[in-house]
This record gives sequence, C-alpha cells and structure tokens, in this order.
Amino acid sequence: MADEKKRIDQPTGTETVGHEWDGIEELNTPLPRWWLWTLYATIIWAIAYTIFYPAWPMVSKATAGALNWSSRGQLEQQLAAERANRAPILRAIAATPIDQLAAKPELMQAAVEGGRAAFRVNCVQCHGSGAAGSKGYPNLNDDDWLWGGDINAIHYTIEHGVRNPGHGQTRMSQMPAFGRDALLQPAEIDDLTAYVRTISRQRPLDNSAKRGAALFQANCAACHGADAKGNRQFGAPNLTDAIWLYGGDDDSVRKSIHDARFGVMPRWGEKLDPATVKMLAVYVHSLGGGERETLQIAQTGK
Amino acid sequence: MDDVLLKSGGWLLIGLIAVLTIAASADFGFSVHLAIIAAAAFVMLVVTLRNADYGAIATGVPSVVVDHGRYDDDPVRWGVLATLFWGVAGFVAGLYIALQLAFPALNLGLEYTSFGRLRPLHTSAVIFAFGGNALIATSFYVVQRTCRARLAFPSLARFVFWGYQLFIVLAATGYLLGITESREYAEPEWYVDLWLTVVWLSYAAVFIGTIVKRREPHIYVANWFYLSFIITVAMLHVVNNLSIPVSLAGSKSYSLFAGVQDALTQWWYGHNAVGFFLTAGFLAMMYYFVPKQAERPIYSYRLSIIHFWSLIFLYIWAGPHHLHYTALPDWAQTLGMVFSIMLWMPSWGGMINGLMTLNGAWDKVRTDPIIRMMVLALAFYGMSTFEGPMLSIKAVNSLSHYTDWTIGHVHSGALGWNGMITFACVYYLVPRLWSRSRLYSLRMINWHFWLATLGIVLYASSMWVAGIMQGLMWREYGADGYLVYSFSEVVAAMQPYYLIRAAGGLLYLSGFAIMIWNVAQTIRGNLRDEKPLNDATYNPEADRPLPQIARAGVRSIRSGGSPDAAVAAAE
Repeated sequence: MADEKKRIDQPTGTETVGHEWDGIEELNTPLPRWWLWTLYATIIWAIAYTIFYPAWPMVSKATAGALNWSSRGQLEQQLAAERANRAPILRAIAATPIDQLAAKPELMQAAVEGGRAAFRVNCVQCHGSGAAGSKGYPNLNDDDWLWGGDINAIHYTIEHGVRNPGHGQTRMSQMPAFGRDALLQPAEIDDLTAYVRTISRQRPLDNSAKRGAALFQANCAACHGADAKGNRQFGAPNLTDAIWLYGGDDDSVRKSIHDARFGVMPRWGEKLDPATVKMLAVYVHSLGGGERETLQIAQTGK
Repeated sequence: MDDVLLKSGGWLLIGLIAVLTIAASADFGFSVHLAIIAAAAFVMLVVTLRNADYGAIATGVPSVVVDHGRYDDDPVRWGVLATLFWGVAGFVAGLYIALQLAFPALNLGLEYTSFGRLRPLHTSAVIFAFGGNALIATSFYVVQRTCRARLAFPSLARFVFWGYQLFIVLAATGYLLGITESREYAEPEWYVDLWLTVVWLSYAAVFIGTIVKRREPHIYVANWFYLSFIITVAMLHVVNNLSIPVSLAGSKSYSLFAGVQDALTQWWYGHNAVGFFLTAGFLAMMYYFVPKQAERPIYSYRLSIIHFWSLIFLYIWAGPHHLHYTALPDWAQTLGMVFSIMLWMPSWGGMINGLMTLNGAWDKVRTDPIIRMMVLALAFYGMSTFEGPMLSIKAVNSLSHYTDWTIGHVHSGALGWNGMITFACVYYLVPRLWSRSRLYSLRMINWHFWLATLGIVLYASSMWVAGIMQGLMWREYGADGYLVYSFSEVVAAMQPYYLIRAAGGLLYLSGFAIMIWNVAQTIRGNLRDEKPLNDATYNPEADRPLPQIARAGVRSIRSGGSPDAAVAAAE
C-alpha cells in the first residue's frame, strides 16, 4: 500500500496521485482556473481596498487610507447633513408660540411628523406604539384627559411631567390611601366601591351603594367633584364613564381606594430640546382627542 | 490489585473532596456543580470496582484479550450515541426558544426557562455537544483507518469521551442556573474551562499519537483538517477564556481583557469557532466519508493542499467583521472585512473538492440517499460560505448586523452543512460500527432528507426576509428626517416570520426523530422490508489495521507475542 501506484481513473480520464488511504485515492486534477482567478481577484481587491481605507497598523497609529475616510467622520457628516436639513423648520417651530402653529400648515405638518418620531423613541415604552396606553398609562387617542387636553395643557404636562419629585412645576396631586392608612373602615371601602361602580353603570343601586354615596360626598367629592366627573386641576379622573386607568372591576376599584395610585411621568423638558417638546405636544394633540383652546381656558382658569 | 485500589481510591478521594468543598462554596450554582462532580466520581468508583478484572488479579492472565487486529471503536460507538442524544436536546431547545420568540409567555416567568438562559443551552448543545461529539467520534474513526493504526493511548481516548460529556453537563446545568461568562459560545465559567482544557489536550495527545504511529507514508487530508481543528480550538479556547476567578470556591470570574480588546478577543474566538470547529472539523468529516460513500477518488489533491492552507491562514484574521461600526478601530474592521472576502474561494475549495468527487458517480445522487444528503450539505456549505463574505462587507453589514438575517445565515450553515453532513456520516457509520449488513431502512433517510430540507428552506428564507425587513425598518427615514418606525413596531412585524421559522425547526426535528428510530432499529439488528436502494459496499475483513496479515497477527498475539512484534513480523 505504501507503493506509489499512479493510475488513470477511468470515468474522468485523470491520473491519480498514487497515494491511497483505506481505499481512498486522489486525482491529480489541476486547480480549476475560474477558482484560482477568482481567488487572485479577491486578493487584489483586498490589497486595493486597504490602500484606500484605514488598514495597516503602524507603530503609533494605523494607515489612514487614501480616501481619508473614517466611520466617525462619516457619521458626523451624516448627522450634520440631517441637522442642517431640519434646522430651518425647527427654528421656525421654536419661534412660533405653540397655540399659533395650527395657523401655519407647513410648520404644523413638520411638527406632527417630528413629534411622531420623538414619540416613537421616548413615549411608546409606556403609552404603546399606537398611543393607546395600557393599565396605569393613559390612552392618548381619546378625549378623556386627566390634566387637560388643549395644546397648552398637553405641552405643560410633557414639559414638566407628572408627580416628578423635587420639581415645583410638575403636575402634582396625591389621593389618600383610604384603606392602607385606615382613613375608612373595610366595610366603608366596600360601600364606596359599590357606589363608584354604580355611577359608572356597572351595577344597580343598592343599599351598599347608597351608603357609599354619602361617603363619596364626604371624602372624594373635593377632588373628583360632587358629580364624580373629575377635576383636571388635580388630575382627578372622571369616575362616571367607562374609561379606567387602573381598571373598573370590583377588585381594581377597591385597590385604588384602599392603596391610592401614584402614576408618574418623566419631565421631558429636562431631557429634550424645547422644539421637540413642542412637537410632541402637537403630535399628541393631533391624535384625535385634542381639545380646542377656548374650552380649556375657562375650565382650568388660566 | 494495586491498580484497582489506586484507581478506586482516587475516585473516592475526588468525590469526597467535591462533597466537602460544597460546604465552602460561595454560591448555589457552584454547589450544584460540585455535587455533579462528586456524583460523577462516585459513579466512576462503582464502575471501577465492578469492571475490575478480578480473574486476572487472581491468576495473572487477562480474561479479555484486546484484539489488535481490529480498530478500537468503542469510543466511536459511544460518540455516535452521544451525538444523537445531544442532538435531541439541542434541537428541542432550539425549537422551544424559537417558539418563545413568537409566544413570550413560554418563558413561563421562571429564571431557569427564560430565553436568556435557554439560548446558550441551545447553541452549546448543538455546536459543542452534538457537533463536538460528532467530530470526536468521527476523528477517532477516521484517524485509525487512514493511518492503519489503533488509537494511541486507549484509556486516554476513553477519558476524552467521558470527560467531554462531563464538560457538557457542567456547561448546560450552569446556563440554567445562570452561571455564565457572558461570552458568546464560550459561556462556561473558569473551572469548566480548565476542565475542558485538560480534556482537549488529552484529545490532541490521542489524535497526534495515532498519527505518529501510523503505517501509511502520508497523512491523509482529512487528518490535516482534524489536526488544525484540534490545535486551533485549543489555542482559541485558552486565550479567550483567560480570566480571574473572584473566589476559588465560587463560580464567578472576570475576563483578563476589558472593553474593545475584550470584544475583539471574543470575536476572534467566536469567528474561529465557526472557522475551525464548524468548518475545518466538518470538512475533515467530508474528506473521508464523501469519497468512501461515493467510492470515488478525491477530485483534486492540489486543490486540497491550496484550499487547506489558504483557509487556515485567512480564517484566523476574519473575526473583526463581527464588530463593524463599533468602537473597534476602523483599521481592524477593514482587515476583518478584506480577509473575509479573500476567504470566499478557499472555503469553496472544500465544496468543489467534495462535489466534484462525485464525477463519474453522479447517478448516486438519485440512487443513494446518503450521497444525496452529502451533496445537499456541500451545497449549503457553499451557500453559507458565499453569504458569509458578503455579510462581512461593511455596506451589507450595516443593514444585516443585529438582524435575524445573521440568524438565518448561521442556520443555513448549521442545519444545512453541519447537520446534514453529520447525519450522513452517522448513517454511514452505524451499520459498520454495530456490524449490521445495512441500515434498518435506507428509504427512511429519504424522509429525513426531505423533512430536513424543507425545514431549512422555511427557516432560512423566513429569516432572510425577516432580517432584511428588520434592517430596512430600523433605518427607514422619512422625508422630514425622522425615523419612521419604533422598535416595538419592528418587533411586532417579526411575528409571522418567527412562526414560519418555528415551523421549519419542527420539520427539521421531525426528520431527526425518524433518524433516531432508524438508528435504534439498526442497532437492535432489525432490517426493514423494503425495496433496496444503492449504498456503498462494505467489507468488514478489509476494515482492519492490516487486513492481509490480520489473522496471522491475531494468532501470534494469542500465542503470547506482543501485538507490535506480531505486526512487525507480518510486515
């Protein structure tokens, strides 16, 4: 077996090399030309590429390449170009008072698009990509607003956030935890729950709900209003409709009364530039539930 | 007697030390691993005592004579079974995490079953447990036959097999317990790394030792590839896992490298794990089993030389293409890219040599299901080694990187190339290793072939579409200069493709289940009653270290002569 036994392989007509291992022989076929030339071509291309682009490490730094290209340089160029593209319109938006943007359709359009983009990056995590919200995070498509739905109110909420600690201008209120802090007895909380679910037309009026009505007037009406339709000054929700931030079922309502809720939102004024905050407000206002200015001025007393 | 006493005493000591160290262990995971080590040591203690040759101790004559006229195939048989066993584990884990991506509820809210822990379980099970066992088993089979020599250091070969299984168990349980170095494809912690180093160097000793005692003048090309795989993986493993344990009694360690150097070391390792484990190692399998099954000579000796050395030289530099557009300096990215481009033809050399070996036997693609599987494997090898250099081009990479295109690319290679060539080799090996006249059923290979092929097509095409869609959505800018899609919208758009991918995985797993059944029946000695198909011929008499003198050799050994003397006399 160790003998060099070259032979012509019948089917291919090619000579074998003469080696054999466990019955395996090898043909002495030359390298396929196309294979070899493609290999050479990739090598030549590779060498050429390293001449034009940063490639060979030297003593203190690498060769910069004939094109003087760098990935950081390319990124800066692209960012600068984008910034320059947007600069005029952003300047115009920044210079226009927010309630007058609607009068300038071109700016308005740009503000809605810019707001949509900023919303995707900063807001969808809580409010959802369709702005429909989820438990604890309000739906921004409807006209049920906690803190006000006109353009100025929305702008204020975005800029200063909700219940931001250590920020004087933030939207602030705190519902008492009636159960946890023993302000009401468990039976009273049951009655109050019954009443809230009665006025939201989820159960018929019974004795428990009737007792709850009196408790409501004594403990809740100050913020939620005697008619329980809420008060935007305190971010107190309307309790008579079918829209619930934390759920309108028996357990959820009882939990809200027992422990109270304390929903928070960042103040974007410290994170984003003023034009972006403005565009976000315009976008959210445009989603469908935005209210006209005149309504709000009367309501919030501004 | 001394020998048995020493061995069993040693196992007892290791077991007791492991049990005692549990008390000093710094974390829960480390305790579990010590318990596993102790259990393994006690199992070995029992095995040592039960299998001891007490007759030989009493009489001084061994009761079992090793037949030096035959190859040492026990570790190969175990390796084939381990390949199939870990294959099931790895494929099921893969299907499960694919479903987790489509239905996140399948994370079950438990840390142990979360995607983050099951994903390395899947990758390590398929690459190192399924692929690794296939490589070790076939290398032991191939090196003996192409060197016409029995394995050097037979006990060490057995240690390699069982030691490697212990490594797999420690790695897998570690992932579930949250023990990880967080290095992709090198997740096991420092003590498991040290153990693997010992096992791997033993593997190198067995393999190189067998080549050294060969009775052939030349070293066959398959052995070059196995050798490059063993040596390079040893180097990659040791360098990438250099780390400092927080405590010698705890599982946590920190890498010796930091920042971008750490990232580059990791991807130098990661890419060459693909290059030398999944490419060079499996090309070695191809170089033996394809010509054997086709019963044809290798297409071109010259091509095998040129493509071997160019592959080995170029692969090792290509790692930086995993870090395009990161903190890695531009020059390193450039070199990673151009070396990847130059790697195209050297990779294809293996495909050409494999496919063209069928010259004069192309009809077998129609008549021999094992050959058909090998041809498909080589076709997928060619496809993914074209796609790889293409994805390394920075302009392409800026679209493909971080998307599921990468996952599709990896799986067209892993399912198509590594999986299919392994299946074909196991189908070749099983009747020969268990001395059966043929497989239980050749026709069931066809079922396996088509289920797997359809599975790969669904998998790869869905991930191509999903990945390109994902990349385009991420970078989509509106005319006004703002991103059009939020990240969550892109995630939502992936859902249908995740489902198609999972369906592909299910088909691939179904094909594998047919294989398990086929192999199990073959080992039990059953033959399915079916119309015959073409298969390579097998002559057990020729499958010996030195066929024509085997009988004389055995006689000489039986009559008390040493095996080497017998062989020398015969030669």
